[in-house]
Amino acid sequence: MYKDLTILVVEADADKARLIIDALIEAGWTRVYAVAQVSGLERAIKKHEPDIVLIDMAHPDRDTLEHISLVSDAKSRAVAMFVDQTDEDLTQAALSAGVSAYVVDGLQMNRIKPVLETAIARFQIMRKMQSELDAAKQALADRKTLDRAKAILMRKRDLTEDAAYKLMRKAAMDQGRKVIDVAQALVTAAELLP
Amino acid sequence: MTRTILNCGYLPLVDCAPLIIAEELGFAAQEGLKLNLLQQPSWSALRDMLALGHLDAAQMLSPMPIAMSLGLGSLQADVHALMVMSVNGTVFGVSNQIAATLGQTTFGDAAGILDRIAATARKPLRIGIPFKFSMHHLLLSYWTSTRPDIQIEAVTVPPPRMADAIETGHIDAFWVGEPWGSVIVDRGLGHMVMTGRDVWNFAPEKVLAARAEWIANNPQQVRRLMRCIAQATRWLDRTKNKPLALEILTRSEHLDLPPELIEPALTGYLTPSDGASPVEVDHFLVFNRYGANFPWRSQAAWIAAQLGAGPGAIEHAKHCFRSDVYRETLTPIGIDLPGASEKVEGAMQHATAVAAQRGDMILGQDAFFDGRTFDFGGFGAE
Repeated sequence: MYKDLTILVVEADADKARLIIDALIEAGWTRVYAVAQVSGLERAIKKHEPDIVLIDMAHPDRDTLEHISLVSDAKSRAVAMFVDQTDEDLTQAALSAGVSAYVVDGLQMNRIKPVLETAIARFQIMRKMQSELDAAKQALADRKTLDRAKAILMRKRDLTEDAAYKLMRKAAMDQGRKVIDVAQALVTAAELLP
Repeated sequence: MTRTILNCGYLPLVDCAPLIIAEELGFAAQEGLKLNLLQQPSWSALRDMLALGHLDAAQMLSPMPIAMSLGLGSLQADVHALMVMSVNGTVFGVSNQIAATLGQTTFGDAAGILDRIAATARKPLRIGIPFKFSMHHLLLSYWTSTRPDIQIEAVTVPPPRMADAIETGHIDAFWVGEPWGSVIVDRGLGHMVMTGRDVWNFAPEKVLAARAEWIANNPQQVRRLMRCIAQATRWLDRTKNKPLALEILTRSEHLDLPPELIEPALTGYLTPSDGASPVEVDHFLVFNRYGANFPWRSQAAWIAAQLGAGPGAIEHAKHCFRSDVYRETLTPIGIDLPGASEKVEGAMQHATAVAAQRGDMILGQDAFFDGRTFDFGGFGAE
């Protein structure tokens, strides 16, 4: 169900990378890419815009990945994940704490799928939180715009607040536009006029 | 008596020495501790392991606990700095190619080098740093921000790969902790042109960090750990101990480096370029002298401010540097402490005697290369 996500695998060993990609494709993910060298990491992230990056916890290039992700809007991206061959509790704790990497002893294939599922679930939560946050911010911004537009009408046409809002709503209905668009146009116009 | 085992994370750099010396010279054993030293592959991994409780304490880049506590990185956790384990110890250098275009510069002339870069750089310089939340990165951005005409791009490169990154042209310059600067010079790939100390005379480099919750719940262990690290740093800073320190660090299974690479950092004699004679850098790497261990709240504030924190977050950050725990723990064993927990960062142009709990103590110069000072308010004793 989440198989439309893009996954980037960071693995220097070509055979190992092949195995991981095969395992992921077999499991139903289609957009899977691999990068071998740290120097190619930045380019690969820009090019493929992965939703998830898989990297070995023991990989020293994790710090590089971390930096790139922080610079490039990582808030909406589950950077990577965490798997440990010995410790399921640690894995779960790591995932719920938001740890974004994984420990794999030789990237065991049978371990990747369940953890990927967990990480993706987490990713969905993060994305939902982000869109809720964005929506809340937008609502706040809209509210301000509406208030400013109302204030302009109240001043210029000597209306009550209620009447000002009704006037905007009527204009919006007549023109088949949203009230917020009318308000935005009004605010923009008012800024241009003396 | 059985010793309490503490899992301590570190990265194999010269300045992890206090942890190794504390364990190998028996300072830990004297406190009834066994430090189980666990090498980590990256700062991110070390951070995750500490946050998840797989490590009790760790050597950390000084900005890391602040970034974590303020939720600036990818993992928010209340991690605090118990003490500073080392001050300074980083170097800045450029590839041979950039060195050639820079022309003649004076080693350590931070302002002059900046002028040369401004005059010669034709494209943004790509500069390798070890981690986004590192003193290296903060000093680099502080230094270059004084010249808005200079364009830079900081690129994270794990220190052991810094030399390769210079060789392949992935980066044009590097800001890295020893021994990795010396490795680049040794391989004939680049020139060291200054040290971190030339930008800020007294930059807290590595801290001893632990989870706030662990600190609160394990006062005994915290006390023993801090005491043995304080003893180790004091031992490391004595000139007569340097040869033995070199010997122990070279032999240690925890630091897989040859003596010729450990030596420059310990002695402060750095070789700026292949075949050049060494320059002596005063206070290149300070473990203990000048109150180096004291976690100044104003240092935390400076770090937070450099990370872009607002006034509220700066106040919060101050409490990540546990000068309160430090006082409580180290006063009884006769370690001298400053009277205040904050100072005006950058105000000391020379080593200066300040009021301490018993008479005076000498603090090292802490000036910035451009002479700016930073007053974050709140100067009462705790």
